[in-house]
Amino acid sequence: MKTVSPIDSAASAPSELVVRIRKRFLNSGGSFILNAHFRAPAGFTILFGASGAGKTTLLDCVAGLSDPEEGRVAIGGEALYDSDRKRNVAAWQRRIGYVFQNLALFPHLTAEENVAYGLHATGPAERQARTGDILQTLRIEHVRDRQPAQISGGERQRVALARALVTEPRALLLDEPLAALDRPTKSRILADLRQWNQKHRVPILYVTHSTEEVFALGDEVIVLDAGRIVTQGRPHDVMRAPRLETVAQLSGFENVFDATVAALHEDRGTMACRVGADGVELETPLVRAEVGSRLRVGIRAGDLLLATESPRGLSARNVVPGTIRALQQRDVIVSAFVDCGGTEFEVHLTLAAREALELAPEKKVWLVVKTHSCHLMSE
Amino acid sequence: MNWEAFWLTIRLAAIVSALLVVIGVPVAYWIAYSRWRWKFLIESLVALPIVLPPTVLGFYVLLALGSRSPLGRWWESLTGHTLAFTFEGLVIGSLIYSLPFAVQPFAASFGAVDPKLLRASASLGQSPLRTFWRVVLPLSKSGLVTGFALSFAHTLGEFGVVLMVGGNIPGVTRTISIDIYDQVQAAQYSGANLTAAVLLLLSFAALSIVYGINRRPWAVGPGQ
Repeated sequence: MKTVSPIDSAASAPSELVVRIRKRFLNSGGSFILNAHFRAPAGFTILFGASGAGKTTLLDCVAGLSDPEEGRVAIGGEALYDSDRKRNVAAWQRRIGYVFQNLALFPHLTAEENVAYGLHATGPAERQARTGDILQTLRIEHVRDRQPAQISGGERQRVALARALVTEPRALLLDEPLAALDRPTKSRILADLRQWNQKHRVPILYVTHSTEEVFALGDEVIVLDAGRIVTQGRPHDVMRAPRLETVAQLSGFENVFDATVAALHEDRGTMACRVGADGVELETPLVRAEVGSRLRVGIRAGDLLLATESPRGLSARNVVPGTIRALQQRDVIVSAFVDCGGTEFEVHLTLAAREALELAPEKKVWLVVKTHSCHLMSE
Repeated sequence: MNWEAFWLTIRLAAIVSALLVVIGVPVAYWIAYSRWRWKFLIESLVALPIVLPPTVLGFYVLLALGSRSPLGRWWESLTGHTLAFTFEGLVIGSLIYSLPFAVQPFAASFGAVDPKLLRASASLGQSPLRTFWRVVLPLSKSGLVTGFALSFAHTLGEFGVVLMVGGNIPGVTRTISIDIYDQVQAAQYSGANLTAAVLLLLSFAALSIVYGINRRPWAVGPGQ
């Protein structure tokens, strides 16, 4: 039995990717039915799920490298696969860029030749110009004459990305493209990718099983489990794992307070928590909580800043006036105990900072707390 | 040393191994990528000359080339003479005889190319044929050289099929191995010795090329 979903009948945006796929697939846990139905507008759509959830099978079906049993894949209104109309455009004619988990760079070609590989139909002058541009954008010009085996993991990742981007695909499929990279490299590549997509505006399906990447990319996330879409929406609404810390994780924190949730700002991914009896209000990251629910907030003493004048033009969202109650020196670290409306914060300073700010008991100070320095734990 | 037989043999081996690249590559491509369920029958057929006695193979080739067969008649109407006992006939017989020595290394090296690279090539807009030309062939260099060298060496030393199909016509179908046989028959051991040594060296050189090439295959580093 086939059901017609409203998604099929609605008009598509020019570049929108519409996917409706049914396919049996195998993983280590046995045989599953991939049953996915979603639309991806220009921009990032994250496919999140444990390994074996069917994410790669889904990408393969969109790319045309694997055939669904039933369904429809269309981009900008043009059907690439349609089981009802017996339409199945060959992978090499789909113009969909795909960066594989294992990259699959051509080992016999240099980085530059790898990147230019998909441009055989373009004239030599344009091919050279486009290849040069993308090598520059992704900052891999210096490895252009080297083969994949001779460059670093991050550079290989960039070559694979460049190779897919340079063909100006109508959609981009990224299968855990950054899984093997360290965090700074990862965020630099993501920034470059975002920059590229601001110009090109194509749908990007981004597969990951890292919660961190989901939050870093923002946008829309689709959660897959055993072949089914469990939920989809914005990361903060969707992600099951609340970012509450465990007791153990908070145990090393110098500052741990009882707090009450005062307001939720879902659009910004933050919330306001009232700390202590007289109510210092702190902006904290959003977790699954309701107004009025009670939590504990942990802040490391080393994450706090002190100012002797009211600071302005700060990115930190919390600036709380207070008074120094006591200073204790332990080896080269000074602990300042600051009273903010009845709540006492411990702040770690260097000896030089104490001298420069002429800190002493009873001095008036401003405490600066970054939103993401506030760690939350259920009571 | 019979130089006429020597150059004839070299010419035969060169033509046969060159033609086998042209014929063997498509056959090997089909063997490497076809999903036909009866493919194993074709593979067996291609491999048959390895195990078949050369006289049996030569006998059937002779029948196929003779003026009673469609091929023989077609050739006769075209050229006015029969295929049997000619250099052309010898080439056809040798092609069949050496086919597996070209096709098997070709197919093995095509099959060894990482399928992920073929998927990547397709996602970059390259047709299967272009992918074969730009990815599979360059990555199969050692297999191609191996197939060429093995079929060259194998043709160089064939005896049974040549005798059955070509006879022993000086300057037309008399190859080195037959020349050696003739010299031994005539008790000219020193001549046979020299010719045999040349054949030995040539075969050794061809195999050295094969093993030398395969010593360092196209390796991809870990993490690729």
